Amino acid sequence: MSKEIKIKRGKDIKLAGPADKIYASALYAETVALKPGDFIGIRPKMLVKEGDVVKAGTPLFFDKNHEGVKFVAPMSGTVAEIKRGDKRVILEVIIKVDQETVYEKHDIADVKGMNGEQVKEIMLESGLWPMVRQRPFDVIANPNEAPKAIFISAFDSSPLAPDYDFILHGQDASFQAGIEAISKLTAGKVHLNVRGNVKAADAFANAKGVQINKFVGPHPAGNVGVQIHHIDPIAKGETIWFVNPQDVATIGKFFISGQFEASRVIALAGSEVNNPKYYRTVIGAPAASILNGNTKEGSKRYISGNVLTGSRIEETSYVGFYDHQLTVMPENHDPEFFGWIAPNFGKWSASRALFSWLMPNKEYKLDTKMNGEERAYVVTGQYETVFPFEIYPQQLIKSIMIDDIESMEELGIYEVAPEDFALCEVVCTSKMPVQSIVREGLEKLRIESL
Amino acid sequence: MKVFRNLLDSVKPNFEKGGKLEKFYPAYDAFETFLFVPGHTANTGAHIRDAIDLKRTMVTVILAMVPALLFGIWNTGYQHFLALGQPDATFLEMFSYGAIKVLPIVIVSYAVGLGVEFIFGIINGHSINEGFLVTGMLIPLCLPIGIPLWMVAVATLFAVVIGKEVFGGTGMNIINVALTARAFLFFAYPTLMSGDKVWIDTATASGEALADGYTGATLLAQSTESATNYVNAAGVQYTDVFSSAFLGTIPGSIGETSTLAILLGAALLIYTGIGSWRIMLSGVLGGLVMSLIFNAFAVNPFMEVPAINQLVFGGFAFGIVFMATDPVTASQTTRGKWIYGFLIGVFAIMIRVFNPAYPEGVMLAILFMNVMAPLIDHYVIRGNISKRLKRVKVAA
Repeated sequence: MSKEIKIKRGKDIKLAGPADKIYASALYAETVALKPGDFIGIRPKMLVKEGDVVKAGTPLFFDKNHEGVKFVAPMSGTVAEIKRGDKRVILEVIIKVDQETVYEKHDIADVKGMNGEQVKEIMLESGLWPMVRQRPFDVIANPNEAPKAIFISAFDSSPLAPDYDFILHGQDASFQAGIEAISKLTAGKVHLNVRGNVKAADAFANAKGVQINKFVGPHPAGNVGVQIHHIDPIAKGETIWFVNPQDVATIGKFFISGQFEASRVIALAGSEVNNPKYYRTVIGAPAASILNGNTKEGSKRYISGNVLTGSRIEETSYVGFYDHQLTVMPENHDPEFFGWIAPNFGKWSASRALFSWLMPNKEYKLDTKMNGEERAYVVTGQYETVFPFEIYPQQLIKSIMIDDIESMEELGIYEVAPEDFALCEVVCTSKMPVQSIVREGLEKLRIESL
Repeated sequence: MKVFRNLLDSVKPNFEKGGKLEKFYPAYDAFETFLFVPGHTANTGAHIRDAIDLKRTMVTVILAMVPALLFGIWNTGYQHFLALGQPDATFLEMFSYGAIKVLPIVIVSYAVGLGVEFIFGIINGHSINEGFLVTGMLIPLCLPIGIPLWMVAVATLFAVVIGKEVFGGTGMNIINVALTARAFLFFAYPTLMSGDKVWIDTATASGEALADGYTGATLLAQSTESATNYVNAAGVQYTDVFSSAFLGTIPGSIGETSTLAILLGAALLIYTGIGSWRIMLSGVLGGLVMSLIFNAFAVNPFMEVPAINQLVFGGFAFGIVFMATDPVTASQTTRGKWIYGFLIGVFAIMIRVFNPAYPEGVMLAILFMNVMAPLIDHYVIRGNISKRLKRVKVAA
């Protein structure tokens, strides 16, 4: 049984510099890194020290909260540096990569014959587990819980997003193997959600053992939270797991070969890129190996991920574990003379108080300006236009601000993640840091639930 | 532009931490951000941001009030010369007479209100919000022209301090600030806020007030006598009272008389999405429904006033378009906005008709519904919560 769901509220922001559907090989990555900061809520405990030799798939650290959850080296080599920040927080575990990759070998029986516990065991052991995340809380799945369903969003609707139909072209076998593995993890269904108005890649269209649902509409239609809300909403005490489609294929490859192959396709996009395209590289690749001088002059911001939810990185840093995209935006710090009253033709706004609505098909070259200062809430009804949930967004945000746990639960905090509020944050007249507020609320509840 | 930038940069050190005027940083910040949208960039969350901000929003609302203001200025002059028996005065004479009378009220309102905002900003050390930019224009537009300037100052002071700052400033107030000012004057100085003498400025050139021979009553006041027979300032009967009231060539508060000018503003607010069309539409519907009910059971002239006339008389249109839609004091949920607007329309006409001592029913209706708005939202949100709880039970 498949469903077709229309998302009405939302907004597609058209930005300049989408990645062309051409593959390029990234420069050989001399180092790769894992950043514990990518995994929200974990307490990393190191298993290796600087100078240790590791194989691809050797655990580097584990989570003290859930000791089974291990994080492994994507490539073989030597642990070159464990970079620490304030209070000795581990920022990056950097591996100097060998010329030839050596893999940790796992004995794999045919996945069809395994039960859920066995699959879970081997995924935890091999370091694949962090690819499985959960709602509520938007963190790595708690292996001790049983999810009522597993969701895979086969498309990303955010600005300049990578096209998974393109990325997974020809990977039908590994994708299907991945589906078979993760479907063992739940007694419920596996939902594969594709874009309704384009033809999905064969890997998706021919996937077996899943319920394929079609979604039509603007961003955030591709967010897994929106899809869960419309298909199988989460109540207090329930859990749903979700996996990125490219990670499903990585999981599949592991169950075919018995080794952790960290290859990953990353889309390089943004107005400051000369030739935006797709790069074949690995998890934790250095940004520089992808950028490789392919950017324009001037002050720039590098974002691991998309412009709505990605994290800002240095040019010398590494792409995040959950990011399949590297975006380069212009950075601009010039104050604007009477900018609040000027026509501002080049700027984008969801509101008609400016003029961008006259040019719905224009590709905008936006910078990272706030375009105003933070203010108390004045305007209402603005979030609702870009927030396709049966939830009152502004009231939920306010309940988090005043730390009212009962209201947060009643208003539906278990169904949302910061990324679902990204557009609210963009359109907010009062310039509220909405995503960090949501994260704060989720973390509070998650810690209470431990 | 460069000049301003250099000036700002040269005085900035005084206001920063450690500078001798450190305490006044909010005041400096207000001027700096007024001249320049700061170049700061997104540090957390989304890396791109909408080009709109609160200043832009507020200036759009002010723009929407400009037609009403300009018309009010002209109408002040027009009514003056009409009452004096000089209807042949030129457009320019009327407009400049009106400007001399109206602009001081606007200036006093802004000066006092912004003064209070700055003082509170400095005391509390928070940046100065733009909320008063709109309030400062609303206050003059909802006052009669005969108002003494000191009363404008007192009312503004009262409204901003008691109506807003004690609740925590912009975005935190329960009732509409401009209406607080008006209600304060209405109850504190009733003789100067209603009756026949305040709506038209009848001072002659030599300074003495005009004797009898003109009628300064508003159409609402006249409605208690007859629903068909209205006279203008010169004592002549209106041939088409609806058209006159729609165009606005009638006595009344400065900005409220011309429904046409207000509709121009409404169009801008709805078009930009800054004013809630739901509140405006449901308010008009509420007013129509209540008027039609009164028409059906009419026992006095006021109840006989045609529904369509009720909408263009008095401050109904102005209140619905500019006051009821204030997002801070209105209902915040979509469904709540429909209920809130509709009830404002109903109560405005009800108060106006049942109690002619309070001809400005719309003011009281909006203030009452401001207080009720959180309750409406509460029930709308409870509805959503129980619906979502039920959904879970069905799924389970």
